[in-house]
Amino acid sequence: MADATTESPDGSPELRFSFANRRTLVDRSLTVLAIGLAAFALFPLFSVLYMLIVRGGHLLSPSLLTELTPGAGMEGGGIGNAALGTLIVVVVASLFSLPLGILAAIYLAEYAGESQLGTIVRFAGKVLTGMPSILAGVFAYAAIVVTTKSFSAFAGGVAMAILMVPTIMLTGEQALRAVPEKMRLAALGMGASRMETTLRVVLPTALPGILTGVMLALARAMGETAPLLFTALFSDYWFDGKLGAPIASLSVLIYNFSGSPFAHLSELAWAASLVLVALVLVLNVAAQVIIRRPKEF
Amino acid sequence: MSKEKPHTQIAQVPTGWQTRSDVAFRIVVHVFGAAVVVLLGAIVFEVMRHAGGSMLKYRLGFFSGSVWDANRDQFGIFPEVAGTLYTSFWALLLGGFLGVTLALILSQGFLSRRGELVMKNVVELLAAIPSVVYGLWGIFVLVPLLRPIAGWLNDHWGAFPLFSTRLSGPGVLPASLVLTIMILPTITAVSREALAAVPPRLAAAAYGLGATRWEVIFRVMLPTASAGIFGALVLGLGRAFGETMALAMLAGNAQTFSWSLFSPGNTLAALLANHFPEAGEYEVNALMYAAGVLLVITLTVNILGSLIMMRATAGLRGLR
Repeated sequence: MADATTESPDGSPELRFSFANRRTLVDRSLTVLAIGLAAFALFPLFSVLYMLIVRGGHLLSPSLLTELTPGAGMEGGGIGNAALGTLIVVVVASLFSLPLGILAAIYLAEYAGESQLGTIVRFAGKVLTGMPSILAGVFAYAAIVVTTKSFSAFAGGVAMAILMVPTIMLTGEQALRAVPEKMRLAALGMGASRMETTLRVVLPTALPGILTGVMLALARAMGETAPLLFTALFSDYWFDGKLGAPIASLSVLIYNFSGSPFAHLSELAWAASLVLVALVLVLNVAAQVIIRRPKEF
Repeated sequence: MSKEKPHTQIAQVPTGWQTRSDVAFRIVVHVFGAAVVVLLGAIVFEVMRHAGGSMLKYRLGFFSGSVWDANRDQFGIFPEVAGTLYTSFWALLLGGFLGVTLALILSQGFLSRRGELVMKNVVELLAAIPSVVYGLWGIFVLVPLLRPIAGWLNDHWGAFPLFSTRLSGPGVLPASLVLTIMILPTITAVSREALAAVPPRLAAAAYGLGATRWEVIFRVMLPTASAGIFGALVLGLGRAFGETMALAMLAGNAQTFSWSLFSPGNTLAALLANHFPEAGEYEVNALMYAAGVLLVITLTVNILGSLIMMRATAGLRGLR
């Protein structure tokens, strides 16, 4: 490498920083190029946030969240039924995915060890994480919509639950494994059974970590459109207490209105996007705050 | 214990309730753990069961046909398979380049610890935005932005197959660009992990010999982490194959395939999203076939990616 180093008059390598050195020049130019590319890669994020505020922000008002979606060509209206619908579908999804995800996480962290079933369960979880969300919708369509012959909020909830389970399970396992072994040993030494140890010592200690996983799963589920398109479908009316009927959701509203030739509907799509992104970001930040809380063991 | 004990004694055998509830709890968590595997199996089984009929009916001609007409009961997914591969290719090319660059910036000491954390959160934010919102952004921001550029390229370089048409609205290029954004966080996060797993003393040794930062990156870090980075690209490809909404909104839903970046196209996932809600019985069965194809492709790619990642981390253990 000596050929690349400039030499001072007395023949020893010049160690002073200089751009005349080809290697220094190449190094610095690559750094500038890399930082430029990184900025370029993150440009869409800021453009999206800017557009959400500019095009969706001016429609923000209480009536946006309390009024029904307008028909084609009509003015006014809001996204109230869609916002409520998203919450209902997410609640239905949580009813399925929380018990399944958390109990499966307890199995993986406390009971599976290095067993073969444990490895298979963990692998199934990873495969489910990478499965396209639309296939969860296809499954719910085949298993529920075809059987009951009706698009329904229930089918949408099941499709969404499938997407939440792996996140809850895999982050839950990490959280449970982070509980120090000495706490388990102390509880067992006091005469607690393994169930009591798990439920009254390990689970409460790992709760912040588990909640983080739940929040991230909720945030991801809330923004999903593909699994709802042909399970929950859409509805122009308020939720009437029947889970067996189609239901509106923010994400499907954005999709439906994005292709609309009516300017007012595309404005509503932007407003709905703003509300949806705000909800998702709040959940993400909440997840970060919970996990950062100082712990003492 | 045979004789009655006073209650003051500290040690005692588990009560009957403790023993029985413990066994019950053990069984319950095993059942729920197994339920996750059953769920995956049920998804594969249910999709394949519904696809079975049309698999026998349309056989392999399904892959070569280009007609999708529910009225004539003719279905083929050649444009979708080609479109999925084509858009994913561009997304992987761009997303791989940008993602590995971001991973380097996040792991090779370009920024302070604090800066790295902020940047990492920003990249995660990129993943948090729902894909339908990116689709909306694509329609209203990206397409109008690209249209004059595409027009100029078509005017001056129209003979080149990639630029042989004009961008009238949705098309392969905006779809691929949004797809790039969607797979960028995956590639960045996984390759950052691969780079962070390289033992620091390898880099330290190279620095000690007088190497510059980029010499260390190109000759030590990237070669050592190459298996992990390859795994990151495979996982990114799996995401690209299955990404739905942005493509359903931006690819153009056209039953044709063209090499031109500016012509409309379609992908498997977008086909499902666009046709499922209003499909009749025959079309639903054909769509199930397409869903089965998508399922097989994405599961294969994802399992492959996970295995590569596992072997990559195992391979680095010897260097510690």
